[in-house]
Amino acid sequence: MTDTASQTNGPNLVRFLTRKQGGIKMTWADRVTYGYLLLGVFVMLLPVLWVFISSFKEPANLSEYPPTLMPVTMEKVEVEGYKTPLPLFEVVQEDGSVKVMAQIRRVGIRAQMVDPENPGAGRVTIDVKKATPVRKFHLAIENYEELLDSSGGNIWLNIYNSAFITIVATLITLVMNSMAAFALSKYQFKGSTVALIAIIATLMVPPTVILVPTYLIVSQVGLVNSLWGVILPAVATPTGVFLLRQYMLTIPDELLEAARMDHASEWQIYYRIVLPLSTPALAVVAVFSVMSRWNDFLLPLIVLNRPEVHTLQLALAGFQNENGIVWHLLLAMTTLTALPLAFAFLFLQRYITAGIASTGVK
Amino acid sequence: MVPPNFEGGDIVASEAISRTLGTVASLPARAVGPFWKWAQRRLGLKKLPWLFLTPNLLSVICFSLLPVIINIIYSVTGSDNLYLQDRRFIGSDNYSTLMDCQNYLDASSCSRDLFWRSLGNLLMFVPLQVIFMMGIALVTAVALNGKIKARGFFRGVFFFPVMLSPVVVAMTWQWILQRNGLLNGILGFFGAEKFSWLADSNWAFFWVIFVTVWAHSGFFMIILLAGLQSIPGDVYEAAKMDKASAWRVFSKITVPMLRPVLLVVFILAVIRSVQTFDEIYVLTGGGPGSATMLLVQYIYETGFAAQPRNYGLAAAASLLLGAALLIFTMIQMKISGGKK
Repeated sequence: MTDTASQTNGPNLVRFLTRKQGGIKMTWADRVTYGYLLLGVFVMLLPVLWVFISSFKEPANLSEYPPTLMPVTMEKVEVEGYKTPLPLFEVVQEDGSVKVMAQIRRVGIRAQMVDPENPGAGRVTIDVKKATPVRKFHLAIENYEELLDSSGGNIWLNIYNSAFITIVATLITLVMNSMAAFALSKYQFKGSTVALIAIIATLMVPPTVILVPTYLIVSQVGLVNSLWGVILPAVATPTGVFLLRQYMLTIPDELLEAARMDHASEWQIYYRIVLPLSTPALAVVAVFSVMSRWNDFLLPLIVLNRPEVHTLQLALAGFQNENGIVWHLLLAMTTLTALPLAFAFLFLQRYITAGIASTGVK
Repeated sequence: MVPPNFEGGDIVASEAISRTLGTVASLPARAVGPFWKWAQRRLGLKKLPWLFLTPNLLSVICFSLLPVIINIIYSVTGSDNLYLQDRRFIGSDNYSTLMDCQNYLDASSCSRDLFWRSLGNLLMFVPLQVIFMMGIALVTAVALNGKIKARGFFRGVFFFPVMLSPVVVAMTWQWILQRNGLLNGILGFFGAEKFSWLADSNWAFFWVIFVTVWAHSGFFMIILLAGLQSIPGDVYEAAKMDKASAWRVFSKITVPMLRPVLLVVFILAVIRSVQTFDEIYVLTGGGPGSATMLLVQYIYETGFAAQPRNYGLAAAASLLLGAALLIFTMIQMKISGGKK
């Protein structure tokens, strides 16, 4: 990861895309590479972009086929004598000219329309094939408003639950793992290797394999339907201990000796010297913890059964089952759920990739 | 295993974070100070490290070691009671129920046909998904390792789906693949008929593989990219002097020098592929029928979704899964010469 800082990427890309011939000559291998990468950009970005755009479409617009590229809505107009605004259509007249008319109702392949400028002229029956709706660009923010208002404010509970689990679990993970890493990197004592191996060995136990007993333990402690039942089973992460320990090994022991000379207690050495010096590694561990907690699905799925303790992920998955799929709410919710991590990614990409590259685990 | 590499901007950021955290964290840390002073006097420097280790070890014992033991107990006991004291010992009955088959090639002849179907699906899914995923990750990593403009941008684009939650990934693709969705829209532009992609068994299986690869290949790409960047440049210089072709450079230099990293990636990819659950559960629910149901979903359905909950069967199935993973990892380690 020796490339230039990420802020120069935008202009770079633009320069690359608008580059004219006569610049640097591209070999065919370069062409294939860029072709592949651009195809990749298309396949990777388009789905997410599409969900984002779709989340601003109103329900009628969402159910259209073929889908419209941008969120649009029917242009409507108030016509004298009609209670609700009427949608506007462009109607091809018999002489071939086009006239804008408002539709009153549609029956099968015929529609009753009225001239909005001259409602007194009376209704005209028109073949729907000759009418095309007049539409304008429209961001359906209503989707988000409806999502946040509806379901009795449950969504705010979901957000709170997810945020609580993410923040508390990450804090506990940082404290527990850094304490263990401190012991395993800064002291020579009998059994330290055994302890390290015991911690690392838990990597070999996939969470899906111990699903049933985890549920038993959580329910024995009385934590079913409690957020703590999701937080506690996964607070000690072996990769976190490993990464922090490797980092703390690089902190010179002389610093600790000097502090001991000054009568610092071991606890003070831990939180006043070693912890502050390990911030980069702590940041990596924190980012991974936040990511996995915010996105976690299986453990909340089995531990949290009541709607009021559901996390965002559970609520999002639950949208499917209730009354079919309510796409306009679901898409808004998908966007909301993905946004925090998308922002985090923009700022923390380097930490995340550095962490993955150095431990191979997220 | 190289230490993470941090650059200028991050150090400024991390200093700011550390100062803020430091002030906030020092209050509770100071509050427990007297306890630690007392403990240090009582235990001495030789035993004090164990106190630092206690929270972590407790968690390891409670939520890793104990569950493994309980899982074994579950798998040899029957009844739908969750609590161990209410369960009676039935020996290997759970295992033989799972294994009970007239004909092992025909899942419908088994007493637990869903177990065999999900196992069969898994045996199809893992090789296809891992090969597909490692191929994409390797090609992308090699492409990004060259002299590329806007490399950070491309790397970010290929990586960002890793950040998305499995549920978001599944919902996104469900929206694309639905009957009135974008894919049918694009294909319809070229004159194709509408098609329900997830209602057809074979296509659903294809899309399940595609979507999981889409979501996870960026993760392995980053590891491979780090591996590629640790290959010294002069090796490539020498190959250039000898006028080696691009393919020869790739097959004779890149792949052999990347082998240790490729092996780690392979093991990780298989372990994670075998455990796939969330995306598929939300995307297809294992359907149509049981066409995309994998083993972890079977375990979940048997132990938690079905009534009565059959914990014993679920535990037996998950132990078989765990044993298979363990054997697989050990064989891999053996082949690689026992180094990690």
